Amino acid sequence: MININEVLETNKMVEEETLDVRTITMGINLLDCADSDLARCCDKIRRKISEKAQCLVQTGDDISHEIGIPIVNKRVSITPISLVGGACCRSTADYVQIARTLDDVAKQVNVNFMGGYSAIVSKGMSASDELLIRSIPEAMASTERLCSSVNVGSTKTGINMDAVRLMGEIIRQSAEATKEQGSRGCAKLVVLCNAPDDNPFMAGAFHGVSETDAVINVGVSGPGVVHHVLRGIRGASFEVLCETIKRTAFKITRVGQYVAQEASRRLGVPFGIIDLSLAPTPAIGDSVADILREIGLEHPGAPGTTAALALLNDQVKKGGVMASSYVGGLSGAFIPVSEDQGMIDAVEAGALSIEKLEAMTCVCSVGLDMIAIPGDTPASTISGIIADEAAIGMVNQKTTAVRVIPVIGHGVGETVQFGGLLGYAPIMPVNRFGCEAFVNRGGRIPAPIHSFKN
Amino acid sequence: MEKIIITVVGKDTTGIIARVCTYLAEQSVNILDISQTIVQGYFNMMMIADIARAPKSFMQMATELETVGQGMGVQVKCQREEIFEKMHRI
Repeated sequence: MININEVLETNKMVEEETLDVRTITMGINLLDCADSDLARCCDKIRRKISEKAQCLVQTGDDISHEIGIPIVNKRVSITPISLVGGACCRSTADYVQIARTLDDVAKQVNVNFMGGYSAIVSKGMSASDELLIRSIPEAMASTERLCSSVNVGSTKTGINMDAVRLMGEIIRQSAEATKEQGSRGCAKLVVLCNAPDDNPFMAGAFHGVSETDAVINVGVSGPGVVHHVLRGIRGASFEVLCETIKRTAFKITRVGQYVAQEASRRLGVPFGIIDLSLAPTPAIGDSVADILREIGLEHPGAPGTTAALALLNDQVKKGGVMASSYVGGLSGAFIPVSEDQGMIDAVEAGALSIEKLEAMTCVCSVGLDMIAIPGDTPASTISGIIADEAAIGMVNQKTTAVRVIPVIGHGVGETVQFGGLLGYAPIMPVNRFGCEAFVNRGGRIPAPIHSFKN
Repeated sequence: MEKIIITVVGKDTTGIIARVCTYLAEQSVNILDISQTIVQGYFNMMMIADIARAPKSFMQMATELETVGQGMGVQVKCQREEIFEKMHRI
């Protein structure tokens, strides 16, 4: 039988160490909403999402109250819209209409974000894909809760450099379109390589075509809990360090696994995966950077950071895999700058640069995430940053992403506020040397040799 | 059987267990196990109880127990037992 110390340990994790389940994300297939008439397509989308997700928020809140552990976000991911809107969208304005419909439904079912205003163009762009991509700046500016992602490469296909070049321009246009709000449109837009079909985390969540009609995916978190246990073993060897992280990750993930199974049972929707991620928030004590400091770095960015992050990421996976029957999504440590107070401090102290963050993305789950850059950064430079990240993902057979925010009208040393979960960020310097001739070559980078495994 | 965990945390005073148990008896809730400890001067009690025969819902009882606790200046929390089983047992 459960003993009092175990109960107190769990409750302390929640009350003092910010343990929570970060998100329950319901994936919904919208392929059957495609129609040659735009109004009918929007109508079908509205009906399907509101029918499937109407009880999602209430169910999440009920489970949270019954187990005494917060479930912070309830979200919806949908089939990439370029696949749904292809039959009825003839202009970017048509796509924006779908975007507004999605934003309205998100508000109606009360989820705080909806992901899937997306296109998968890792090898080539269809006319529909390109139209959707070109509509992103206006779609992000005219919606509040909708997130957009574009997958520009994969280990199997190589990197679509035409899409990479286009996304540099689209990010700049999104920044311009929302310049009054700190270029916030870019905070809801991510460019991916090897995007997973079942990611529950925003902004890159979408419901892939390999998925069933509706599915429940859960993202767990708990950097505060890991940080706290590591405080108790200062100076211990790597063996003890790794073992401690692993045991903690196991416990955190078990919470997620239980929540996922309960949500799946109550909603009558199959359970998909648990995403084992250490996802920070701007709240004090909920920081991946604090863990890195506790491991022994003065600030994230110091020599040793990549190794520390690599071991952290690996132990989280090892502990988590044991705790869940299905693991998927991104699964690893997130290192967004604006959403982690410790990362912001590291940037302000001059310890952390974009180049070091790029190195860190080689060994953790995502990529250059929530990084504010100067508003005058050229589109070709942004494309260059995307190409570098995509290359890391392609060669290492992992997911990588770029979510940078060129803050229009502002430069290095200034700070930009995104509000709420998105936090705030100091604007970081970008290498000023050009890569225009490289980006403008056109075509695609072939798949790497080790992708030929047949 | 539908097991819940009730925890009471706060400054130690007389009658805490009595009041919580009285409430549970009125709701036909069977207590399976009680343990307590003092951590840093604070009273910590945990009960494992079975609510299968209780007429009221889990949420309703959780809210009412919280109110009972507030009357004594302690925090009373109800949680489903499964979460602890999942977290601490392989």
